Amino acid sequence: MDRIPILQMGRNLLVTIQVDMQDQTALQLQDDLSAKIEATGANGVLIDISALEIVDSFIGRMLASISGITRVLDATTVVVGMQPAVAITLVELGLSLDGVRTALNVERGMKLLASAKQDDDVDTDA
Amino acid sequence: MALRTEQDIVMSRQTVRKLTQELKFSLVDQTKMITAASELSRNTVVYGGGGEMRWEIVVNGVRQGLRLHFEDQGPGIPDMELALTDGWTSGKGMGVGLSGSRRLVNEFEIRSEVGVGTCVSITRWK
Amino acid sequence: MKTQNTALETLLKTDRDIVIEEWVSEFKVGGSKGIGSHVAAEARSVLEALTKGISADGDPARFDADAWSALRDVLESVSAARAAQGSTSGETSRFMLALKKPIFDRLQATFHKDTAVLAENLWWLSLLVDRAAQYTVDAYQRSREEIINRQQQELLELSTPVVKLWEGVLAVPMIGTLDSARTQLVMETLLQRIVETGSELAIVDITGVPTVDTLVAQHLLKTVTAIRLMGADCIISGIRPQIAQTIVHLGIDLQGITTKATLADALSLALKQTGYVVTRPKAA
Repeated sequence: MDRIPILQMGRNLLVTIQVDMQDQTALQLQDDLSAKIEATGANGVLIDISALEIVDSFIGRMLASISGITRVLDATTVVVGMQPAVAITLVELGLSLDGVRTALNVERGMKLLASAKQDDDVDTDA
Repeated sequence: MALRTEQDIVMSRQTVRKLTQELKFSLVDQTKMITAASELSRNTVVYGGGGEMRWEIVVNGVRQGLRLHFEDQGPGIPDMELALTDGWTSGKGMGVGLSGSRRLVNEFEIRSEVGVGTCVSITRWK
Repeated sequence: MKTQNTALETLLKTDRDIVIEEWVSEFKVGGSKGIGSHVAAEARSVLEALTKGISADGDPARFDADAWSALRDVLESVSAARAAQGSTSGETSRFMLALKKPIFDRLQATFHKDTAVLAENLWWLSLLVDRAAQYTVDAYQRSREEIINRQQQELLELSTPVVKLWEGVLAVPMIGTLDSARTQLVMETLLQRIVETGSELAIVDITGVPTVDTLVAQHLLKTVTAIRLMGADCIISGIRPQIAQTIVHLGIDLQGITTKATLADALSLALKQTGYVVTRPKAA
């Protein structure tokens, strides 16, 4: 079973999903991410799905889970690069993925993470 | 093809991708069909105790289409009405797969008997 | 090979060119448009394919068989060419049917002594030419349908252009009734352009949409949801007072979608959201 690699960049973790994942692989990713956040103290996660041509309800739920889990661990997750056909299919499936933040590409995603952290800093100062 | 393991779910996606590509479906239609197949394959493997996916090319006048059958000898579906209602918020089980897939295809047929098994047939026309 | 096939094969081999000539003039006698050298060329290719089928011992009653595949192909292309030129299906089948006379005449000349054989051969030929004519009509219909479908598709695409209003802002003016097919197309095109241009905001203007019912609202909702899933946002503009009333009346929940009455307002909001400020320098 392949494991999806997680890269660290400063206080952000980057995940690029490029293979058609087995359900197990997705669950493993969830575990690995939580562990890595704890280990590195990361507060931002960027998941790049621009290579994913199929996102079914399992993967969709995985993304929602990861968003939720990271929030609890005091980190922000942004999913970037969703393909148009995938977006259309997800809507038709009835998954709106509320609570999952998305951005068009990695660049925008990083900007979103940066501003999210700023907001957090402002909040904690207040 | 047999649907017994998680790897088979991945295989079913790849198989349907090849089929829809050969039939020259549009990208969005391909995505919808592959996603529907993924949902139903998963149902077969996880809830049906394993089964198989069959496919056939169908013709209606000048139109061509792809029909997929997902069959298992599992426990069957006791409450069809319930299974077919949108189950996203409860986020569990077969619900999303069935009702969601129905919206992704042109024709959807399901036969199930408790203690005997289930067969779901979906069709997408070009 | 059947006797009828042999008889015809011999006849066509020896008298091919004359048959073609007579065929073409028989057709012209009926009066028709689109006469030119290409009619003769068409006749020639049909006759060649016909002969092939006959030599392959084809049976007119089984027109779908392999023996006639060359003939079917030629008839298809002749039909398609005619359909594209705007000939009627009647003309096209008349062309085929005009082949009967020249061959009848020859069969008579050859078999006038043996009426039984003559009758057999005439019947056989009649069957064949009729089937061929029928095939051309069917093929013609199919071509027309294809042309119509293609035109419909083009019309659909032309009527929903996606334009770049500003840096990072796309707009789609929707005109006419929003049906399922239309909305699908708009969704796909718009989403594709959003990815290509990296635009974060899309404005869907429905000034040109006459009515909004629950179905239309659902379509719009789906479009907006898809846009948001991808990481962009959407403003719906052009909501006329009547439409606003209908929406409230029907109890349609727009689920937090931003709406504006005019495209201008939407653009203004879009600029603000993307961080642009429009100023007018003071006159000197």
